[in-house]
Amino acid sequence: MARLSEANVRLALEIIGRYPRPRSALIPVLHIAQAQDGYVSSDAMRHVAELVGTTPSEVLSTCSFYEMFKRSRPGAYQLNICRGISCFLRGADDLIERATERLGIPLGGTAPHCPVSLEAVECVAACTEAPCAQVNYRYFGPLGASELDELIDGLEAGRLAELPPHGVLSTVLQSPSPDRLAGPSMPEDSGPPAWWERRQERETGKEAG
Amino acid sequence: MTVVESPAVRLTVDGRAITAAPGQLLIAACEQAGVYIPHFCYHPRMRSVGMCRMCLVEVDTGRGPALQPSCMLPVSEGMVVETASDAAARAQDGVLEFLLLNHPLDCPVCDKGGECPLQDQTMAYGPGESRFTEEKRHFAKPIPISDLILLDRERCILCDRCTRFADEVAGEPLIGFQDRGSHTQVNTFPEAPFDSYFSGNTVQICPVGALTARPYRFKARPWDISETISTYPNAMGDRVSVHASRNQILRLQGVDSEAVNHGWLSDRDRFSFEAVHSPNRLREPMLRDESSGEMQAVSWSSALSLAAAAIREAVDAHGASSVAILGGAGLCAEDQYAWVKLVKGIVGTDNVDARMGDGLWADLLCALPRASVADACHPGGAVLLISGDLREEFGTLYLRLRHALLNDDVALVELTPLETSLSSLASVSLRARPGDTALLTEAMLSPQRGESVAGVPTKALAAVASMLKRRPLTVLLGRTSLAESPAAVERAAILLARKFPQARFLPLLRRGGTVGALDVGMAPGLLPGRVTLASASDWYRSAWGAAPEARGLGTEEVLQAAAAGKIKTLVLLGADPVVDFPYSRLASEGLSAVSTLISVDLFNTASVRRADIVLPAAGFGEREGTHVNVEGRATAVTAQVTPPGVARRDWQIAAELARLLGGDLGISSPRDAWEELARLSPLHSGASWEALRTDLDGVLLQAPPPADGEPLRPEALRLADLEPPEAAVVPFDGYSFRLVADRTVYDGGTVVGNCPSLAAKARPGRLRLNVADYERLGVGGDGAVVVTSSAGSLVATAKPDDRVPPAVAALAQNTAGGDPRLLLSPGDAVCEVRIEAASLT
Ligand code: SF4
Ligand code: FES
Ligand code: FES
Repeated sequence: MARLSEANVRLALEIIGRYPRPRSALIPVLHIAQAQDGYVSSDAMRHVAELVGTTPSEVLSTCSFYEMFKRSRPGAYQLNICRGISCFLRGADDLIERATERLGIPLGGTAPHCPVSLEAVECVAACTEAPCAQVNYRYFGPLGASELDELIDGLEAGRLAELPPHGVLSTVLQSPSPDRLAGPSMPEDSGPPAWWERRQERETGKEAG
Repeated sequence: MTVVESPAVRLTVDGRAITAAPGQLLIAACEQAGVYIPHFCYHPRMRSVGMCRMCLVEVDTGRGPALQPSCMLPVSEGMVVETASDAAARAQDGVLEFLLLNHPLDCPVCDKGGECPLQDQTMAYGPGESRFTEEKRHFAKPIPISDLILLDRERCILCDRCTRFADEVAGEPLIGFQDRGSHTQVNTFPEAPFDSYFSGNTVQICPVGALTARPYRFKARPWDISETISTYPNAMGDRVSVHASRNQILRLQGVDSEAVNHGWLSDRDRFSFEAVHSPNRLREPMLRDESSGEMQAVSWSSALSLAAAAIREAVDAHGASSVAILGGAGLCAEDQYAWVKLVKGIVGTDNVDARMGDGLWADLLCALPRASVADACHPGGAVLLISGDLREEFGTLYLRLRHALLNDDVALVELTPLETSLSSLASVSLRARPGDTALLTEAMLSPQRGESVAGVPTKALAAVASMLKRRPLTVLLGRTSLAESPAAVERAAILLARKFPQARFLPLLRRGGTVGALDVGMAPGLLPGRVTLASASDWYRSAWGAAPEARGLGTEEVLQAAAAGKIKTLVLLGADPVVDFPYSRLASEGLSAVSTLISVDLFNTASVRRADIVLPAAGFGEREGTHVNVEGRATAVTAQVTPPGVARRDWQIAAELARLLGGDLGISSPRDAWEELARLSPLHSGASWEALRTDLDGVLLQAPPPADGEPLRPEALRLADLEPPEAAVVPFDGYSFRLVADRTVYDGGTVVGNCPSLAAKARPGRLRLNVADYERLGVGGDGAVVVTSSAGSLVATAKPDDRVPPAVAALAQNTAGGDPRLLLSPGDAVCEVRIEAASLT
C-alpha cells in the first residue's frame, strides 16, 4: 500500500539520526510503517530500504523474521496459537485445527465474519501455561477445546473490547533527551558513552561528598 | 588472504602433529594438512557463519574433548583434534539426518546429482535411512530469481553461501533469508530480481541443487563431462574450468587462483560460452565475388593464396608500409607472436596495432613499473583509480578490490568522471570533469592555494596528497572514457611515476589480451619483450632474418593512411573497427579505401561484412596456448572442443601465409611459438610451457637479471626517456556539457549478441544527466533529447542519474540507445556537447 507519510518520514529520519549507522534503525522504522498502516506493505518496505540505505530484500528478511511484523492487513484481533514444543506436546495441534474450523480460515487468514486473524506461532515463552494462545499479545491459557471456543465466541461477539487494538507495541516513539543519544559518530572513534560519563560524575560526586 | 609471518601454531589432528598459521581456521588448517572435514556452509573466500554444523569435530583444548564447528574455530597451541572419532561421526550422521528432513531427495531429476556435496557427504557420512515419515515442507518448484538463475527452495539447506556472496562479495544483497525457523527460505524481494553481474557464482557455490543457471539446466550429467583448466581471455585472465561433453562446451566454472580471480567470474564471462557454438560463427573461408559483390565459400588454399597475393602485390608495388594489421587482442600470446613475426619479420611492415584507438600509449605501458592485482590489494596500500567503473569492465578485479577495501585496510582514491560502484568505499573521490584528469593529478601532487581546482575542493586534494605520502601506491590506469583524450591519462601517469618512483601501475585496457599483445610487440615501434624497434631491431633481425626499418603506424594513423589511399592491404585480426574504433566515420572511410581487406574472425561482424577475404578462426575453448593478462601474468589456455567447420588457429593462418610469401615462421605448434618467444624475449623467458600448465597462478612475466656471458640483450624501455604528453586544458564554458562515453557490461558487442542468455540483458543506453541539469533542460515525458557536438549529432533518451556530476552527460558505447562515437572527432581533448529537449512525436 503506502509509503511513509511526510510526518512519519520526519519521525523516521529523527530516529535514524540517533544511530551511528542508518541501517541500525531498520526495526524501529519498520514499527513506524506498521503503526501507520496496521501492517508493513511492500511499498513501505521499499521506502524503508531507501531511508536506511539498504535493499528491499534486506528489509524483507528482517521484517519476515519477526512474526509481529504483519505483511498483510490483519483483523482488529490477532489470535496467535502457540505451536512451540511444550504447547505441541500438550495438544496445540488440536487447538489450531479447531480454531481454523471454527473461524473457517487457514492459518494466516482473516475471518470473513469477524475481525480476527489467525496464526500459529513459535514458543511465546509461556510454556507453564501450555497450550496457550495470545490475542493482541495478551496471554490466554492453558486452553482446552472449551476454553478456546469461549475465547472465539467472545471475539466473534465483540465481547473482548477491553483488549487494546493491534498496533504499535514498542517504545520506539519515545523522545530521549539529547544528552542520552549515542550520537551519530562511528562506534570505533567515539569517546566513552554518555551514561558512562554520568556514572563517572556520580562516582566522583560521591567521593567528594 | 595475507601471509602471516608470526610463529606457527602446533596442534594434533587425528594423532598427527601439524602446524598452522596463527588465526587460521581449524577447518582450513586441517585441509592444508590433508585432512578433509565435511562441510557445507564454510567457504574459504567468505566469512564463516557456522550455519550447517556439518564440520563438527572433537576438539580438546585442555578441558576435555567437546564437539566444535571447525569452521568457526581458530587454531590454538596444543589443540588436540579428532575429526573421525565416534562422537564426531555421530554428530555428522545426526546433522545430515536433520539436513535431509525437508530435502526432497529428487536427485534423479536434479542437475547437481553426481557432483552434489550433500549427496556425496550423505553417502560418506550419512545415516543411509531417515526416521522422518511426516510430510516434508513444500515450496513451488523452481522459481526464477532472475533471467539467468532459478531457485528450488525445497532443495536448499540454508547454508547462507549464496546470500553471503550477494551481500559480502558482490555488495548486492538482493537475495536473503525470509521468514523463520523451518519455514526459512531464500528469496528475492517481490519484483526485485537478483540482477547482479555476478549472480552465476551463487550457482557454482551452492552445495546442493537449489540454484541452477538457465544455460546449463538439464544439459548434462557430471559424469558425462570432461573438464580442463583454462584461462578466460578477459583482461584479468580469470582462471576457469571448461566443462564440455560431446564436443560442446556446456558451462564455465571459476577456479580459485590465489593470484587472480579467487574462484569468481562475472556472468558476462561465465555464460559467454554460448557464443562458442553460435550459429553465427564463421565456418569456412569466404571470398567476395567481384561481379555480384556476394560472399562465396572457398577452400583454404585459394583464400590463403589470394590473401598472400594481396600482401605481396601491395609490398611490391607500394612498399611494405602499404600493408597494415589491426587487432589481435583476443588471440593467445602464441598466435600474437606468430603474427608479429610474420608481419614484422617477413612482410617487413611495422603497421601493427592490437589497440582499437581506445587504448593508451604502448611505450608508456611497457615502461611503467607493472603492478599485480595482489599489489593493489596489499594491506595498508593506497590505490588510485583513473578509469571508468571497474564493475562494468573488469568484473573480478572489482570483486578483488572491493574485498580489499572492506577487509584489508586498502585506501581508494578515485579520479573518475562519474561516480563508480566503488565510490561509497573510496577514501576520497575526486570527480574529474572530462579534460581535467591531468590537471587534477598535478594539483594533487603539489600544494594548492585557493578554494578549489577545477571544481574539486583543495582540501580533498590535500587529503589525497597526505595519504599518498603514507601508503605505498598502486595506480589502476585506464581510459576515463573515449571522450577524453588518452594524453590526459598518459600525462597523469608520468607525473605520478616521477613523483612516486615506488608506485606501480596496473594498465586497464579492456580487450582481453591487449596488454599481453603489447608485450609481444603488437604495436608500432615495439618488438617482443617490451622493447623498442630502436633498441631491439638488431636482436630480432638476427633471429628472424629481418625486422622493420622504421616505426610504423598505430590504428588511427593506419585508418587515416588507408582513407588517403596509402594502405593497400589491411588485415583485421578479430577486430571490428566499424563498431569499436572511436571515430566511426574514419573507420568506414579507411576500410572502404583499401584495395584488399582481409578479415580473420570468429563472427560475421560489421567489419567482416566489408571484407574481401574472410578467414574463419578458432576461438576460446578451441585453441591451446597462453594468455597474458593486464598484470603481465601468463596462464595456460586449453582446447576442449574443435572449431566449427574448417576454422583454423590464428598461428596456423600466419604460418601458412608466411610460407606462401616465401618465408618460414618455423612454428608448427603453439608450444613452438611460446618456446621461441621465451628464447628471444627475456621478459617471457621465465615461463616454461610446463610451468604454465601446472601452476594455477601461472607465471608473472619478468625479465631475469642478465646471466654471465649472455649476449647483450635489447635494452628495456625506460620511463625516463618518455616525455609527458601535453594535455590541453579546455576552458570550461558553463554552457555546454562534457561528454563521457563509457561502457556497460551487456552492450551490443559480438559476444553478448551471440549468447542468447546475455543478449536478453542488453538495454539501450540512456543519456545520463545530473538531476538538476535534467530538470533545467525541461526534458519531456519521453525523455527525448538532441545531442550536438562539433562532429555530429544524435537523438537519445535522457535519464536523470545521481551518479553524474553537473554539466556532464554520459552515454554508454555500443548500445541501441545512440552511438556516442558520432559526437567524437579525432584529436579533440574533450567532447563538448549541447543538449536540447526534443519531442520524438
Ligand atoms: S540456495 Fe544453495 S547456496 Fe543458497 S542457502 Fe540454499 S543451499 Fe545454500
Ligand atoms: S511452547 Fe508454547 S509457550 Fe513455549
Ligand atoms: S561448515 Fe562449519 S558449520 Fe557449516
